[in-house]
Amino acid sequence: MATLARLQARSTFVAQQYYYRNSVVDVFRKKEYDAAVKIQSWFRGCQVRAYIRYLHRVATVIQKWWRGYSGREEYRLLVKFASCAMKMNFYNAMAVRIQRRWRGYRIRKYCFNYFYLKEYLRAVSETNDAIREALEEFAEMKEREEKKADLEREEKERDSQARKMHYLLSTKQIPGIYNSPFRKDPDPWELRLQKAKPLTSQRSKVKDKHWVSPNSWLECTSARSFPRSEVLPPIDRKQCQGPFRDITEVLEQRYKPLEPTLRVAEPINELNVAREEFRRQEWMRNVNDNMFLPFSTYHKNKKYTPLMHSSSKYGPNSYGSRHFRDENPKKWICDKDFQTVLPSFDLFSKYGKLYSKAGQII
Amino acid sequence: MSQRQVLQVFEQYQKARTQFVQMVAELATRPQNIETLQNAGVMSLLRPLLLDVVPTIQQTAALALGRLANYNDDLAEAVVKGDILPQLVYSLAEQNRFYKKAAAFVLRAVGKHSPQLAQAIVDCGALDTLVICLEDFDPGVKEAAAWALGYIARHNAELSQAVVDAGAVPLLVLCIQEPEIALKRIAASALSDISKHSPELAQTVVDAGAIAHLAQMILNPDSKLKRQVLSALSQIAKHSVDLAEMVVEAEIFPVVLTCLKDKDEYVKKNASTLIREIAKHTPELSQLIVNAGGVAAVIDCIGSCKGNIRLPGIMMLGYVAAHSENLAMAVIISKGVPQLSVCLSEEPEDHIKAAAAWALGQIGRHTPEHARAVAVTNTLPVLLSLYMSTESSEDLQVKSKKAIKNILQKCTYLPALEPFLYDAPPNILKHVVGQFSKVLPHDSKARRLFVTSGGLKKVQEIKAEPGSLLQEYINSINNCYPEEIVRYYSPGYSDTLLQRVDSYQPLTN
Repeated sequence: MATLARLQARSTFVAQQYYYRNSVVDVFRKKEYDAAVKIQSWFRGCQVRAYIRYLHRVATVIQKWWRGYSGREEYRLLVKFASCAMKMNFYNAMAVRIQRRWRGYRIRKYCFNYFYLKEYLRAVSETNDAIREALEEFAEMKEREEKKADLEREEKERDSQARKMHYLLSTKQIPGIYNSPFRKDPDPWELRLQKAKPLTSQRSKVKDKHWVSPNSWLECTSARSFPRSEVLPPIDRKQCQGPFRDITEVLEQRYKPLEPTLRVAEPINELNVAREEFRRQEWMRNVNDNMFLPFSTYHKNKKYTPLMHSSSKYGPNSYGSRHFRDENPKKWICDKDFQTVLPSFDLFSKYGKLYSKAGQII
Repeated sequence: MSQRQVLQVFEQYQKARTQFVQMVAELATRPQNIETLQNAGVMSLLRPLLLDVVPTIQQTAALALGRLANYNDDLAEAVVKGDILPQLVYSLAEQNRFYKKAAAFVLRAVGKHSPQLAQAIVDCGALDTLVICLEDFDPGVKEAAAWALGYIARHNAELSQAVVDAGAVPLLVLCIQEPEIALKRIAASALSDISKHSPELAQTVVDAGAIAHLAQMILNPDSKLKRQVLSALSQIAKHSVDLAEMVVEAEIFPVVLTCLKDKDEYVKKNASTLIREIAKHTPELSQLIVNAGGVAAVIDCIGSCKGNIRLPGIMMLGYVAAHSENLAMAVIISKGVPQLSVCLSEEPEDHIKAAAAWALGQIGRHTPEHARAVAVTNTLPVLLSLYMSTESSEDLQVKSKKAIKNILQKCTYLPALEPFLYDAPPNILKHVVGQFSKVLPHDSKARRLFVTSGGLKKVQEIKAEPGSLLQEYINSINNCYPEEIVRYYSPGYSDTLLQRVDSYQPLTN
């Protein structure tokens, strides 16, 4: 019983101790349990990791192989394309070369010859130079001709002036104005005057461009053929003292228009002209140009052919060789032959045109 | 006695009439008297004198009428209204040569003023009588008749056709062959007036065989005759290729080139007109002219004259160059471009400048070689100034703009293009920058020059809308240079540099 009491007295202590020792172990128990769990989980983890690693390795190997395979395939494709492209480029380049050569050849041969063009342009420029030279020469020649003509004209003018001024020539006694005694040499005009031919006093300055025959004077419109009385005499002029005729009559007589006689009306070489005319008519008319030879000696060898009209089988007709007229003496009034006509004399051509009033009907 | 006095009365009357008509004729030569004469009613007085018995009075009356009608068209109309023409035409057929000359002179004087008066002359049947006068023996009558016909035919095509229908052309061709120079001149002038209106009329003249005679007369030394002959040939050649070829076949080249050196200005002008009319039709004809050395002769001719005389020569060069690039090159090597640029700068008249600008444009538009040849002579700035100047006429502005555009599109000669960067208007600037953008990528020396001359700087300063053609060109130019240089020259770069200087903190050690 003591033990029981002791036990009962120690029971709470034993209970406490029991609880305490159990709980101590519990403290460690958790720790140890946790530790064991950790260790186990760690180990399990390692296992799994190792397995995963293994799986990775294997998957990598598979993928590696697969990638290599597919890469090689791709590479093969790439190589194929690259080689195709290279070939095409090569062919293109060669084709371009050929085309280049061909195009050059074609243009050079058929379309555009560069050297020909150069030659052509050179030829054109040469022609241009030649033409320019030729034209320069031509212009120079023209100028020279013009200058020459000018000089000649000037010379002619001076010559005509010298002829007009011929009276200024110096004589032995009197030196002219161009030959002053104080000069060493005479003036060039002096020499010119010496050389010039003097003009005649009646200078026919009238240049008749159209020689109009006096017969057609009505058609002349030149001033000379009209009795234009430009300067009429003043009305209140005193009659001059002396035996002068009436001024109007004088003027009338002086300005009377030309009424040429028949003799003057013909040109001076009318005989020659008429001869020429006659010759021309003859030539036109004559069938035979041979001259008529009068003497029979010229025609000795010619056989005489008588006219058909005057020859008959009984011999030649005497009309035409013996007698020419139809002679009928019974019809003659008198036995004298015709008389020749007298030549005319120009009494009547001057009728009414003379100064004197003799014989005029008043 | 009484008979004499009676006759004296008549003589006095005749003298009075003669004196009157001669004084009127003399007074009519001076223009200041004609008004007074007209107011005094001279027409109505002269008209009955045309029917006078005395032939001299008739002739002098006709002469006076002609001089009056010559002066102005009112008097000519008065002549027509006064019914004088039928009388003239009637007596033209019968009278002597002095009267014919005077009557033809009246017809000429009336017909020259206007087409209506010429039509009035045709209506009263004068053409047939004039053509009969062309057959007369006296060269003066022929000359007067040919002159009248020429003046009638001058106005328009219908009147020319009427003259041709009257059968004048073969007779005129015969007149050309006559020895008198004055008659030749007038006949050539009449043929020129007839053939200028239409190709059919020109063909009629050619069919009468005029070309051979006209071509022979080019060698004649008389300059007035040469004027008319060259004018006639150019009027014939201008209508069509066939006619031009016929004129050329008459072997006028190279004789015509000597006419370009003549002293008389109008001979030069007509000769260059003839060459121009031939050259403008086809490239083959131009080629022929170039081969004969015509281009050099024309260029010399342009150099030796001034003013309107030059104009046909300038146009001829333009026509030749327009046909093909070989011909344009031929014009260039004949030293045509310096001459044309001299014309462009010297001439005061706008139409001549316009022609020179057009010709230069035709020369330079073919290939870069041609454009270079034009640009080297420094004509482009002149053309630009003409285009920009407000005083130039519209025609001149249009032509110079076209010429600049044509030349610029082919020009690769950069020193000539650079001045354009500075003062060109935007529409031309586009082309200039475009040309630079084409040339610069390929030529390193040009790039260097472009930079050193300040062109790159100027290009940076150009404002262009993004996306426009100008901006593309500017971009392509900028791509030819390293970026630093482009940035260096861009506007405002110095400001950005200074800003960087401001914001830079130096490292303090």
